[in-house]
Amino acid sequence: MRRTIWIPRLLEALLPIVAVLLAFAIGAILLLALGENPLQAYWILITGAFGSVAGWTATLTKATPLMLVGLGVCISFRGGVINIGGEGQLIVGALATSAVALALRTWPGWVLLPLCLLAGAAAGGVWGGIAGVLKARLNVNEILTTVMLNAIAFQLMNWLLRGPMLDPAQVAAGTNIPQTAALPEQVWLLRLVPRTQLHAGIFLAIALAVLVYFLLWRTTIGYRIRTVGLNPAAARYAGIPVPTYVALSLILGGAFAGLAGAVEVTGMHHRMLEGLSGGYGFSGIVVALFGKLHPLGVIPASVLFGGLLVGADKMQRAIQVPSALITVINGLVVMFVVASDLYVRRARRRYSAEAAAGPTILPNTQSLPSADQASSTP
Amino acid sequence: MNELFSLTVIVGIITSGIRLATPYLFASLGEMFGQRSGVVNLGVEGIMLTGAFTGYYAVLKTGNPWFGMAVALATGALMGLLMAVISVTMQAEQGISGIGLTLFGAGLSSLLMKVLVGTPTGVSGFRPINIPGLSDIPVLGELLFNYEIPTYIAFLLVPVSIFILGRTTLGLKIRAVGQNPEAADSLGVSVVGVRYATVIFGGAMAGVAGASLSISILDIFQENMTNGMGFIAVALVYFGSWRPVGILAGAILFSMVNALQLWVQVLGLPISPDFAVMMPYVLTIVVLALTAKQIRQPAALTKPYERGE
Repeated sequence: MRRTIWIPRLLEALLPIVAVLLAFAIGAILLLALGENPLQAYWILITGAFGSVAGWTATLTKATPLMLVGLGVCISFRGGVINIGGEGQLIVGALATSAVALALRTWPGWVLLPLCLLAGAAAGGVWGGIAGVLKARLNVNEILTTVMLNAIAFQLMNWLLRGPMLDPAQVAAGTNIPQTAALPEQVWLLRLVPRTQLHAGIFLAIALAVLVYFLLWRTTIGYRIRTVGLNPAAARYAGIPVPTYVALSLILGGAFAGLAGAVEVTGMHHRMLEGLSGGYGFSGIVVALFGKLHPLGVIPASVLFGGLLVGADKMQRAIQVPSALITVINGLVVMFVVASDLYVRRARRRYSAEAAAGPTILPNTQSLPSADQASSTP
Repeated sequence: MNELFSLTVIVGIITSGIRLATPYLFASLGEMFGQRSGVVNLGVEGIMLTGAFTGYYAVLKTGNPWFGMAVALATGALMGLLMAVISVTMQAEQGISGIGLTLFGAGLSSLLMKVLVGTPTGVSGFRPINIPGLSDIPVLGELLFNYEIPTYIAFLLVPVSIFILGRTTLGLKIRAVGQNPEAADSLGVSVVGVRYATVIFGGAMAGVAGASLSISILDIFQENMTNGMGFIAVALVYFGSWRPVGILAGAILFSMVNALQLWVQVLGLPISPDFAVMMPYVLTIVVLALTAKQIRQPAALTKPYERGE
């Protein structure tokens, strides 16, 4: 049995790449229909992202928040909850980080920076936790609550950046651009390449990807999160407090998105400003799905999609093809990846006697945890 | 606060509330049929945006709002078909595929707007009807006979939905497929066929909902103009416990809160507009939390159907 499994496994691993290629093909047809030259557009897109040192640093800078949000999405989806709230969690995380940094601006960096990052993660965790607790206690649909919480976070940001947290310098100058004052320099993350925005946050994100891998596959908590995601009924029989782990999946998912906000503030902008979230909350879902909901898969996935964002900006500036094209492609990738899951499930059933061994890309597929997963827990 | 209770303001709030209920009613009632047959389409937001754009563009080019409405309906139906292929035939996870459809629609509408139109300009969409005599009655005329045609169609859709769902064979089939697809299948009802029909219909209604914003209420298209309305429309289906009357109540409640929020800003009351805008979203969460325990959703909701061997 084992020997024949690798063929579908290989095809399975290639599916996200097929999905991206297919999405780009449809994007090309769309561009042709609009009278644009798709080859030229895609050439600028790819070389803009990966064709130079400047392109690579910009790509990795965008990949950092994507990776963090994607890791959170991985945990949530593995736990069987669909967290669409990355955008709002990122915003409250960035707000909390800025508030702490500005309030304690005289504190030394070695205390203040960790405190700021923790504050961001905690705020994101609370924001995700609201949806988590409502889902766990009252079975309120988490997709809807996380979407509503995005809108609430957005308004909260509008209010804070125009009122209590508005930069006093802006008030004095009478310009009132909605942003906070610059954060104290001791919380700025180290810049890695001179004259670029690439900062040390990328190392934090990669380290956390490895950590999330260990959390999910080498700890009891991770095992329980995955069991609840795969089969809540079986988890309940096994004595796992399902509601607690449902809430935890959303709290952890929110904490990672909040941390992404914290890292954007301390590494990239050095202040909280409008438009900081930049759609990372949604792109993070695409990244997590492309990475097959595996924390280590999220690393290359975030570099790819970070690159697409950078390249799309270049494309828009160079030949006026709107960068919204990338949103179209992202949407198509999501749809293709989830649609291809049927093929994965069928192939597994066909090729394997131990039907549905590992988790497919989706939570809540009704299968029991298999022996090799169970044995991986201590 | 006295200003808030003058007759003009109250009539103003009610009329804008009824007008704003239009997109919610179209989108939610359409989505309800899909959900009654067991499919959640979370792509309503993306379909609304695309329908809003295509309807707007058609009116911009032809000046005919009815043609714009038809184009938006066809666009929505096509996107519903896409969702049906993914969630019914490919049996994909419905929550995630809906987010994909929303991203797709949001990106597509903004891309097309930038390439084909550029700067948003207003169009002459539907005008409020004017029935001589009736529309001129003080207060009552304004409350009842002063809306655009799409608003009347949206409210008419409520009794029509009740009739189709409760009194026709089609409605019975839809409910059977959503409640117990195996049993429906064994009686010769095509589970796949019914689900395709409801999801495509839901898509068409979401397209119309978007167009009702861009060519009837606001008469302009702007990027991301629905601003979460599509998701609220999905929430309203839960809120209304999958019943047209419940959805009607929810849609009116929400649009009234929205209208109140707009008037609070217009009158310059000492409430921050940011908090006023926040109200409908907070209300959605509170209402979902309060009703979640009691409602009984269709048994096969979000579960793909695959024939056993």
